Amino acid sequence: MTPLTGAAPDHLLIAPLLIPLIAGALMLFYDDRRRWLKFGIGLAAILLLANVSLSLMDRVGQADGARVYILGNWPVPMGIVLVLDPLSAMMVMLTSILALPTLLYAAAGWQGKGQHFHSLFQFLLFGLNGAFLTGDLFNLFVFFEVMLAASYGLVLHGSGVARIREGMHYIAINLIASLLFLLGVALVYGVTGSLNMAEIGQVSRTLGPEQRPLFHAGAALLAAAFLIKAAAWPMCFWLPRTYAAASAPVAAMLALMSKVGVYALLRGAMLCFGPDAGVSAGFGGWILSALGLATMVYGAAGLLSVDRLAQRAGYVALISSGTLVAAVGMGLQGGGERLIGGALLYLFGSTMAVAMLYLLAEMVERQAPPEPNAEPATEATRTPEEEIEWGPMGLGAVDDDDEPVMGLPGSLVAVGGIYAATVVILAGLPPFSNFVGKFAMLSGLLASANQSATLWPFLWAFFAILLASGFVTLVSLVRYGIRRFWYDIDDRPRILALEVTPVAILLAGLCLLSVRADEAMRLTLSAARDLLSGGYIHTVMEVRPVDPGIGTPTDAGDAAP
Amino acid sequence: MTFVLACAIGILIGSGIWLVLRPRTFQVICGLSLLSYGVNLFIFGVGRPRVGAPPLLTKGGYVDTSAYADPLPQALVLTAIVIGFATTALFLVVLIASRGTTGTDHVDGQEPGR
Repeated sequence: MTPLTGAAPDHLLIAPLLIPLIAGALMLFYDDRRRWLKFGIGLAAILLLANVSLSLMDRVGQADGARVYILGNWPVPMGIVLVLDPLSAMMVMLTSILALPTLLYAAAGWQGKGQHFHSLFQFLLFGLNGAFLTGDLFNLFVFFEVMLAASYGLVLHGSGVARIREGMHYIAINLIASLLFLLGVALVYGVTGSLNMAEIGQVSRTLGPEQRPLFHAGAALLAAAFLIKAAAWPMCFWLPRTYAAASAPVAAMLALMSKVGVYALLRGAMLCFGPDAGVSAGFGGWILSALGLATMVYGAAGLLSVDRLAQRAGYVALISSGTLVAAVGMGLQGGGERLIGGALLYLFGSTMAVAMLYLLAEMVERQAPPEPNAEPATEATRTPEEEIEWGPMGLGAVDDDDEPVMGLPGSLVAVGGIYAATVVILAGLPPFSNFVGKFAMLSGLLASANQSATLWPFLWAFFAILLASGFVTLVSLVRYGIRRFWYDIDDRPRILALEVTPVAILLAGLCLLSVRADEAMRLTLSAARDLLSGGYIHTVMEVRPVDPGIGTPTDAGDAAP
Repeated sequence: MTFVLACAIGILIGSGIWLVLRPRTFQVICGLSLLSYGVNLFIFGVGRPRVGAPPLLTKGGYVDTSAYADPLPQALVLTAIVIGFATTALFLVVLIASRGTTGTDHVDGQEPGR
């Protein structure tokens, strides 16, 4: 890694933060009745974001790899930095890829069911991108809070008793998780004297034996906070209920939010307890593996026990989270780069597929026969008293033009076809990318298990549970599909083309990911190599502030590569 | 002073956890507030606070850093207070909405045994 002394700062790194922030703030100037204008601003912002994320991906693929952006030009361990490495570039890209179809889907009707949907959506993207890019632990907390604050509003979007009840649980649990996060940050700061993630990683290698337990305690508290966000067992009971209660586009974005926990876990674990971390190497590895496996088992069991498709999607999200947490744990135990690389590919594919399932669930369940204990997917109408009581508080729905402006009646056949493809993807069957990801994880594990004796029991458990959970996913979703598409054939809900389009976009993205799986795999492997080799620490610690030789022609000439 | 600080954190966190586990929403929000006070004191505590050590440097001249307190935890506490205050206020709104829509202040939106 070459130090970036004298080079022009990479201002593009801050664009994924500024674009949604400015777009979201801009929308606040307009009344909620002008939601098509807001939608236009949001769409433009997301297209721009997608463009930026592609360009960032391109930069990170070049020879000098990771980039650092020094906010305010403070010397490195003191100031806050943004770090772009292959992992964060990948996550930023995933955010914009998911945001586009979700926003399109919301335009088909959900944007009119409450206030400030578009602004909150942009702030959610702001928080997500910030969490992926920041290189400072406390800044990570702040971005988590931005993301969560937006998600609280979005979960309540559309109002209704079920949403308020589940939203309340969701907020309480996440507030407690945030407090755990703060405790962990405080302990880590107390021991290492730094909040810069790279410096924490560096200092953690040279800690004395009397400080190490305290550092481990801080790291464990942080991990607990991340595991609550990632919904690992036994902190996962909130996820299926909350996501099923949330409106479909929100649930699709929440599917990505649980992966933020996995991202933070992977980042932190590999920085402080990676294979080259000395005494602390592999700390907590077996616990993460065990929790991940337990989550997969719980998710698979839950998948067989619930009725509504949106709830099933929640348990599929749990299986996906559990697989990734287990992969992080086994990576800590010496699982090797192919395991992590495969897991990252699986993360990419499964997040998109779960988001797709949530979008589909709303369409498919729209006029499905009412089931006991199930809330109707469409909005219950409000009584006038409720409107008077809650309207002034901003909780009242604004549905003056409930009917979407555009949209042709789509057919249930198209939805059924897409549903079948989603099931195949989620179950991890070939030829889709999840199969490639799972295969890479298992083969990587087998290849590196010889070097690590502690890995063997987890290896076989992971093998069995991964394959079994894939099978359970297939059984459960196929059973639902048979009942819905073949048995209830006469029940044809009105499905709009504007609702089918985003799902088709996601499916096309997944197909592209499967066709170009070799390139994607090469990228995730390079991300995994970067994580395991501690390249992050060197990159960040070697960066020097930019010399403020205010834009003289010679400086510009030096900056050119 | 360390002992008093530790006791204060312990009492706040202990009562906070007890309240968070209670079934009424008002108890939960009180518990969350107490927990956040305890956590804020804890962050303050990791800066190794001492009596009579200000966190701000005076202007100019030689500075003996050992005579000053670490200002960073105090800045972190400030940020944490602001964020905690905002999220608690949001939770309060949801709590009132839940009370209004379900007619009960139980966290599950219905009285047990009904």
